[in-house]
Order: sequence, then C-alpha cells, then structure tokens
Amino acid sequence: MMAKPAATAEQAEVLETHAPAPAGPVKKLGGPAIWFDERIGLAKLGKASLRKVFPDHWSFLLGEIALYSFIVLLLTGLFLTIWFKPSMGEVEYHGSYQLMRGLAMSQAFESTLQISFDVRGGMLVRQIHHWAAILFMAAMTAHMLRVFFTGAFRKPRELNWLIGVGLLSLGMIAGMTGYSLPDDLLSGTGLRFTDGAIRAVPIVGTWVEFFIFDGEFPGDAIIARFYMAHILLLPAILLGLIAAHMALVVYHKHTQFPGPGRTEKNVVGYPLFPVYAAKAGGFFFIVFGVLILMGATMSINQVWLYGPYNPAQVTAGSQPDWYMGWVEGAVRIMPGWESHWGPTTWSWNVFVPFAILMGIFYTALGIWPFVESWLTGDKRPHHILDRPRNAPTRTALGVAGMTFYGLLWAGGGNDILATQFSLSLNSVTWFLRFAVFVGPVIAFLVTKRMCLSLQRADRERVLHGSESGILVRSQIGGYSEPHVPISVDEAFTLTQHRQYTPLEATPTEDEHGVKLKGPGTVSGLRAKLSAWYSGYDVAKPTAAQIAESHHHGDEDTPALPH
Amino acid sequence: MRSGSSRRRHKAARPFAVALALVLMGALYAVLSPATQVAADTGMSAQVAEGKGLFQVTCSSCHGLNGEGSSQGPSLIGVGAASVDFQMSTNRMPMARPGQQAPRRPVTYTAEEIAAIAAFVQSLGPGPAIPPSSAYDASNLDAEAIARGGELFRSNCSACHQAAASGGALPNGKYAPSLHGVEPLHIYEAMRTGPQQMPVFSAGAIPDEDVASIIGYLKELEQQPSAGFSLGGLGPVTEGFFGWVVGIGGLCLVAVWIASRGARAK
Amino acid sequence: MTPEHSTALATPEDEMLHPVLDPGIEEHVERYSDADAAVGDRAYKQVVLCFGLVPVLAIAFVVVYFAVPADFTARLLGVNWHVHSTLLGLTGGLAVLLVGIGAIHWARQLMNDTEIAEERHAASSSDEEKNGFVEKLNAGIADAGVHRRGLLVSSLGGALGILAVPAVVTLADLGPWPTAAVRRETIEKTIWADGVRVVNDNNWLPLKASDLEIGQLVNAEPENLRELHGAAYHNAKAKAALIVVRMDPNSIRIPESRRDWQIGGILAYSKICTHVGCPISLWEQQTHHLLCPCHQSTFDLGNSGVVVFGPAARALPQLPLRMDAQGYLVAQSDFTVPVGPSFFERDSRNDFKDGDQ
Repeated sequence: MMAKPAATAEQAEVLETHAPAPAGPVKKLGGPAIWFDERIGLAKLGKASLRKVFPDHWSFLLGEIALYSFIVLLLTGLFLTIWFKPSMGEVEYHGSYQLMRGLAMSQAFESTLQISFDVRGGMLVRQIHHWAAILFMAAMTAHMLRVFFTGAFRKPRELNWLIGVGLLSLGMIAGMTGYSLPDDLLSGTGLRFTDGAIRAVPIVGTWVEFFIFDGEFPGDAIIARFYMAHILLLPAILLGLIAAHMALVVYHKHTQFPGPGRTEKNVVGYPLFPVYAAKAGGFFFIVFGVLILMGATMSINQVWLYGPYNPAQVTAGSQPDWYMGWVEGAVRIMPGWESHWGPTTWSWNVFVPFAILMGIFYTALGIWPFVESWLTGDKRPHHILDRPRNAPTRTALGVAGMTFYGLLWAGGGNDILATQFSLSLNSVTWFLRFAVFVGPVIAFLVTKRMCLSLQRADRERVLHGSESGILVRSQIGGYSEPHVPISVDEAFTLTQHRQYTPLEATPTEDEHGVKLKGPGTVSGLRAKLSAWYSGYDVAKPTAAQIAESHHHGDEDTPALPH
Repeated sequence: MRSGSSRRRHKAARPFAVALALVLMGALYAVLSPATQVAADTGMSAQVAEGKGLFQVTCSSCHGLNGEGSSQGPSLIGVGAASVDFQMSTNRMPMARPGQQAPRRPVTYTAEEIAAIAAFVQSLGPGPAIPPSSAYDASNLDAEAIARGGELFRSNCSACHQAAASGGALPNGKYAPSLHGVEPLHIYEAMRTGPQQMPVFSAGAIPDEDVASIIGYLKELEQQPSAGFSLGGLGPVTEGFFGWVVGIGGLCLVAVWIASRGARAK
Repeated sequence: MTPEHSTALATPEDEMLHPVLDPGIEEHVERYSDADAAVGDRAYKQVVLCFGLVPVLAIAFVVVYFAVPADFTARLLGVNWHVHSTLLGLTGGLAVLLVGIGAIHWARQLMNDTEIAEERHAASSSDEEKNGFVEKLNAGIADAGVHRRGLLVSSLGGALGILAVPAVVTLADLGPWPTAAVRRETIEKTIWADGVRVVNDNNWLPLKASDLEIGQLVNAEPENLRELHGAAYHNAKAKAALIVVRMDPNSIRIPESRRDWQIGGILAYSKICTHVGCPISLWEQQTHHLLCPCHQSTFDLGNSGVVVFGPAARALPQLPLRMDAQGYLVAQSDFTVPVGPSFFERDSRNDFKDGDQ
C-alpha cells in the first residue's frame, strides 16, 4: 500500500479501524503493514510523520549532499574492505601493473594496486570513494556556512550546531586516516607530516608519537591502527552524531526563510510524503550518480604514479586533501620560530599552526552561538532565518573568517600557485604571511559596509518602491523615472526582522555600595561589545513612516497596495 | 630571504666552478668515453669552423667571442657538446631575454647548425659529448628494469619534477619543468650536464643502464591508462578544486532546480 | 486554501515588530502542467522515460562488466582511458542519476505543489510536564533511599570513576615509552658509524670521491642499510637518508670545525628535513640552496645547511665524511646531533648556527 501516493493530507490521517473508510486508493491497512503495526505501531508513526512539512530552498540541500556523500562513503568503503589488506608486511609485487613489477612494498599498497587493476570495478569504486570524501567535507563546510550566515544556529539549535562542529572535525580525521591507508608515497609523506606535527607538541609530543606509531616513524603498526579508526571507530561515531543531528532537525522542524505567512510559529513547505520524499530521495540518487560519473571521468589519487612509500623519497606537489589544506598553509607560511630552553626544544613553528590553530578554530566555531547570544542578549528561540545583511557584524565576521581560511588555503598550495601562475614561491609565501592578518580585516570592513548599504537599499525600496525603468518627460522638459510600489509580500519580507538595541551597562553597585553581579546585569565591556555588534543597523522603516510615504502624494512614493 | 652576500658569492663562484668542472669532466671523459673524443678528421674541422661562425653570431654577445663567458653568461669552455645540444635542441638557448630561467621553446635551429655549434664548443675544451643512442636505449628493457627505473626516478627526480613528471616549484620563481614528451636524448644530456639549477647526475652514481631505466619508465608512464581526465596531474590541490567546482558547484545547480518553483500558468 | 494554511498573525507584539503586517501565505498559482493537460502528459512521459532507461543502462553495465577486458585502453581527448572503469561508471552513474532526475521531475511537475503550513511546538516542555518529571524524579530518589544513606551515591560515583584508571592503564602498551634511554637508541641515533660506506640509493653503488663532479647531487644511503628488512629497514632509512653534493670549495663557507668533514667540496647532509621530516633533495646547483617540497624550507648547503627560508628552524645536520683506502666515501661517525623534526626532549644547543666556526 505504501507505493501509491495518497492524494491529500486528510486521507493519511484517519487510520483507526472503527472510523469510516478513507476516500482514496488505500481503503485500510492490510498485510505486512498490519503485521508491523501490531508490533511497532506503524500507523501511529506514519500518521505523525508522513505529512511533516519541509520548507523548500536550494541552500537547505547542502547538508543533504553531505549526508548522501556519507552514505556513498559507507557503501563504497564496504566494497573496498573486501580486498584491502591493512598490513605493512613487506611483499614483492607481481600483480598486473607493469611499472611496479618486482618492487618491494607493503601489503596495504599491494592490495590497493590489486583493487585498482585486478578487481573489476575496483578502480571505479576507489575513485568514487575518494571523490565522495572530498564532497562530504566540502558539503559539510558549505552547509555550515549557510547555517552560520542565516543564523540557523541560534536557540534552540545550539546543540545541533555543536554536533555539526563535531562532525566537521571528525570528518577531517576520518579523511586523513583514509588518505594514509594506501601506503603510497603521497600518503606516507602525509604520515611523515603527521608524525612531525605530533612530536612537536611540547612535553607530551614524543610520548603521543610513540604511542600512536608504536615507536619510531614509520614502524609497522600505523596502517592497521588507522584502518581500525577509519573503518570502525570514526564511522561509528559519525553515524551516531549524524543520527542525532537528523533527529534534532526533525524535533525542531526546519528553519525557514522570511516571507509572507512564514512565522516563528509555523513551517511552510511541502509534506514529507510524497513531495519532499521524492525530492530528497531523488537528490540522493543524483548525488550518488554525480559521484559515480566523477569517479568514471575524473582521475583522483593515482597511487600507482606515486609508488610505494619509501621514507627517502618525495614528490613535488606533496599536498594533503583540500580540507587539511588550510592547516598545511599555516604550517608553510609560519616563520621558523623555535625556542631552545635548556635541553628542551619548543617547536612553535609546527605546534602553533597545527595544534593551536586547529584548537582555536574549532573552539571559536563551537562557542559562537553562545557568544552571539551574550552580545545581543537575545534568549528567544528563532525559526525564521536572518537575511545575512540584517546581521551585518556576524556576516562580516563570517566573511573575515572565510578570507582567513581561504588565504591559508592558498598557502597550502603555494607551490602549485607559483608554478601555474609563474609567481615566485618565496613572494607568495611572504605575501601570505601579512595577508592572513590584513585580509580578514579588510574583508570585515568591506562586508559590513556592504550589508549596511543593502539595509539602506531595502529601506528605500519599502518607502519608495522600485524603479520602473520608464523615463517620463515632464511638460517643462525635465526627465524623471517614476517608481512602482512593491508588493505587500515583499514589503513584509523586507521589514519582518528584529533589530537589536545594544545592551546598556547596568550599575555595578546598588545604592548601598554592594557589588551587583549575576543574571540580568550587563558589564561595561559587554555593553561596548554589544554596541559594536549590533549598533550600526540602518533602522527599518516604521509603520508610521510607511504610512507617511503613502500620503505624501508625490509620484515617487506610491502607496503599498492592500 | 636570500642574503646579499650569498648572491655575491654565487656570482664569484661561477668561473671557479666552471674551471674545476672543466678539469674534472675532462679527466672523467678521457677515461670513460675515449671513442667519442676521436674527431680529428677534416670534415669535423670544417664543421667546427662553421660552428664558430654561427656561435659568434648567435651566442657570443653573452658567452664571449670564444666562449670565455661575460657578465651576461657563463664560460662555455669545457661544458661539452652534450650541453650545447640540450640547450639548443630544446631552444632554451639562445635565451629570448635575460631572466631567472630559460624556458623550453619550439626549436628554431636546424640539427646541422646545432651540431656545428656543439662541435665548436667541444673544441674549446673537452666536456660531455653527445651520447650515442645505445647509451640510453630503453627499448629492450624488461618490466623489472623499468620498475627499477621508477624507483630511481622517485629517489632522484620526483622531488623536483613530481611523481607524474608534471614539474614543480623551485625557490624565487624558478621551476623544474614537466618531463612529458621530452626526448630520451635530452633527458640523458640533462642528467649528465646539469643545466641551469639542475644538479649533475654523473655515471659515478647513476650508470648508463640506470639512466636508460629511468627513460624507459618515463616513456612507459606516458602510456599508462588513466581512469579519467588527469586534472593536470598535480595531485590533491587540483582534485580539491575540481571537487568543489564540479561536485559542489554542479550539485548546487541541481539543488536550485529542485527547489525552484518552475513555470507557472500566470 | 486548505485548513492547514495559517493566516496573518496580529498580536500586539507582532504589530510592534512588523511595520508591514504579515499578509499570510501567498496564493497558490497553478503550474502549466496543471493548467494544460498536454504539458502534464509530456512531463509524465519524460518521467517514465527516465525510469525506463534505467534497466537499459543496468544491462549495459553488466555487459561492460563481463565483456570489456579490464586492461583494455583507448585514447580519446588526450586521455588514455581505462575503458572498463570508465564505461562501468558511465552506465552505472547515468542509471543512478536517471532515477533521481525522474523522481524530482515527478515531484516538481506532477505532484501536488500546494505549499502547506505546519504548526511549530516549543522545544521546551510545558510546566505541567516539568512538574510531573520532578515528581517522578523525587519518587525515584525516595525509592532508592539515597537521602537517608548519603554514602550510596558518592561511593558509587567514586567506584565508577576509579574504573577509568584500569581502563587507561590497559593502553600503556600502545608503544614503547620514550624514556631517555629509549630515545638514545631510537630517534636520537642512526645507523651511520665510523667506516660505513656511502652508497647510492637503489643501486647500492659505493661512491668514489673522484667520480663526483661539481654540481653533482647523490641521493645516498649507508651501505649497512642493505642488511635490514621490513620495519627495521624503513625506520633506519627514515633517519639515515643522505644527500651528498659536490661544490666548488672556494664558492662555499666551510667553518673551521668542519674542515675535515668534507673532501674537496664533497659534503653530506641529512636528507630528512628538520621541520617535519620530509626527505629533501630539491637542490639548486648554482645557488647551493636545498628546498623541501613539503613546506618550502630552504637550506644553504654552501653554508653548513643553515635555514635561509621557510618554516624550518634548525640547520640540516651534516655527516662527517672521509675517504677510505680505496678512495670511497665513508662516514667518520654518526650524525653529531639527532636528525629529523624537533621533539620536546631534543637538546638543540649543539646544532650549527649561522656564523659558528
């Protein structure tokens, strides 16, 4: 019965046996559906969720790309585990790839070559798996940016934001461990870097290094250990977090962009069954299909060109996958600072751009919803998304962060930039050393100005309508362009947002000279930061101003139609 | 970052380096390849004379009338015919304009002209001669020898020229060029003469059969199947780039299609 | 409009917040595919065509799988295609894609596209639910008897907490403990020693000083590496890898203390970068600069390996060389300082610094 679409919402809602039979192709539950209903209450479940509403917007599908990439990763990863041998035991290669004939290599690399050249379809699946990993991380990043810029992380969704930050960081580790498994020259070089970065951590570095690698680099344990993390530990945690992430989306119901009839108390869109199921389900197949086509036509990580890992070999253009590129860039442009205090070495040149930078980045992401709420004093739940211009400081901070990230990213490929654009490697590095500090500041200022200009434009549009594009010559020969009124729907969309008044500092002492602290008080510092955060908005027009522009009688300021 | 003092040192070093290289290479080649040095017939001297004429028109403004070098270019005494052949057959020389690095360009000189100039430079002082094709012939190598060539390539060459021989960056705007489509002869000559910033890989460490293995590997590499467009063969940077553009970009277009409301009746 | 539609809200707060009152959900406008049966039928045919092509492509996939040899290649658009993999992907990918395109086309053109509204509920519980919860919690606490016998909870907490200790201790054998003695035998030591011959990597040719030319670079290893296999080989090679270069002795700076570490401008340095350990051999024979391809640290081999650019902080360790009786290059000893990337316990006071004699 599930296969046939029910025509309207009402039909699916009435399923009790004593009720009159619903009108529609499905008269009553039967067969397996009844069997399950008697055991797990299928009808109750279906009634509650079949017509659940999901709003439609292209940017809401970014998270779905990540989810579907993850499913593709699980499917293709399962296929790869059938043949992959996670061992660093040495063998002599006698497979079908001629250019490795007779070379000593690890079983891990040998089985990777086997999957690529001897298992039919193995090459394709390997490439799909790697493209899916790249897409998984990219889609998570894009999704996170969408959530950030529209303020979707605000109450009650802070926990889901934190889960998202966890997914992003764990996804990065999952990607990095997978990148290391084939044991080719590139992945070994990546491991060499990982080893160097770990041992540079002050005090505990050498211990962590020896515990992870079972002694010195490279040893013979790391592939098996990373394999366990890559196929068991990390996917299990990711799966759990994704389940929690989705459950919270269902519980909170999806956010929606502002528009007529969209309120904080409703969600407007299409029902899960059938429209959203068809769209989301169809999108899964499209993501999967695109990944297969990418795997079919775009080669990725051709490990046989890199050869088996050899700690005395390296290739030009040794880079991590893109999601580690920004850390790589920071490591590349960092000056060579190291302190030698007594018989100890403090390797700032590696520790700061690796461990400290990542720590600061993920912490900053994690605490942002709480910081913003502290700055605005806003404790209300939010289900209507912000248009980025209406939160100018947040938008500017986001763009500054993206600029910082992007410049570091460029640093991670400074050698490729140098060769592809005929630049000097050293000049690129020197430029980036300053640009990572100056660039974000410029980006912040420019973005904030742009947001405020857009706010002003919105205000003008509500008060004076839009340009008609028609030039009118008056009797005395002057030209003017009459404005046409905007629709009430648009006027509502442009004015529905809440504008914050910056917090004001409360007295620090009461009349008896007793220090005041605790909830409800606002310190001077917080008031200043609050003014910096939300004190620049262009005031949206009031109802009175709009009414006044009605009565002005001027051709340029038409009335809103009602 | 490079200090002024090291730049001065490096300039002063050139004449010394060349002089020492001259003595050393001369001595080496006297032992290793006496056969290629036998060139004292009358036809050759005519070629040398022709080469001298061409040299004075083409090369002398930088390298001096008799190849003694100038502030514009190093002395060519003792660099050998192989060096001239490499530089001119890839048209790195004559340089179009002074710069960090002479790029490879379509050749403009005839084989005879290059041979004449090479003979002239060889007559200035003995250096590595143009090798016979038997020295680097890779056509009879078995799979093991070619695989070993791959190992040698990755130990000695891929650090600069990249694992897929696509080239890579060097300091201050210099670069190691791609090796795709480079003649076996030129690979051999480059290894033995060390053009521009490239170090010398002499027979003392890498004998001719190993060079042949490397050449065999590089030629085989160009024949290998690829499971798709190589995306420049530059590794993870371009892979990430295409992942974003094709993957996220393409799927965003699909997402816009999915969420768009389509054509309405009014 | 169905009953599920909400209408404009007009609470006092909304009026304050909204200078333009919410006009309510926009009116539904019919699609062409609803208004014109022919357009609808065309969409219907397109969807069925999408789904109908899937079996064809699935069969093509199976045919390719069995009929195309896995090592068959063909040149097209400058690519030497691995045909089996590509055709599998094209048929399979297109099939999967068509399922998606068909489903979405169906949803966009043929399914009812009237937007509906659903009410939201607060994420928080009602006061009644909160009180009920507290009530049940108290009943449970009373049943457990913990408020009369207070040690029950704290002793259980302590017991559970202490269990973390054995759990963590079981991980103590993750690897050997890098105590000072262990470090001396591992990361602070290589297999170079007095009299160990310098051989070319891969072909194991011993290097004769007289064979090396000015401007030459040799990627070298210790001869005794050949006796090792498996992890021992890799661990040793990851530290012992060497680059030997020959420069004109008059064009480089050789400090007094290292005068007898070289033979006529032949110098040997660790190939392992002091930054994070990549093997380095991008050597410019004219500038004597050595560049690491991983993070672009640049070392001056004409000046005892000091850093001239990039994130590395320490000079490359130099290996003292001499000639043996037959004229071959051999080491005088192990490196005088630990090679490779920094670690906390490394005593870096003896590394070469620019200007040292």
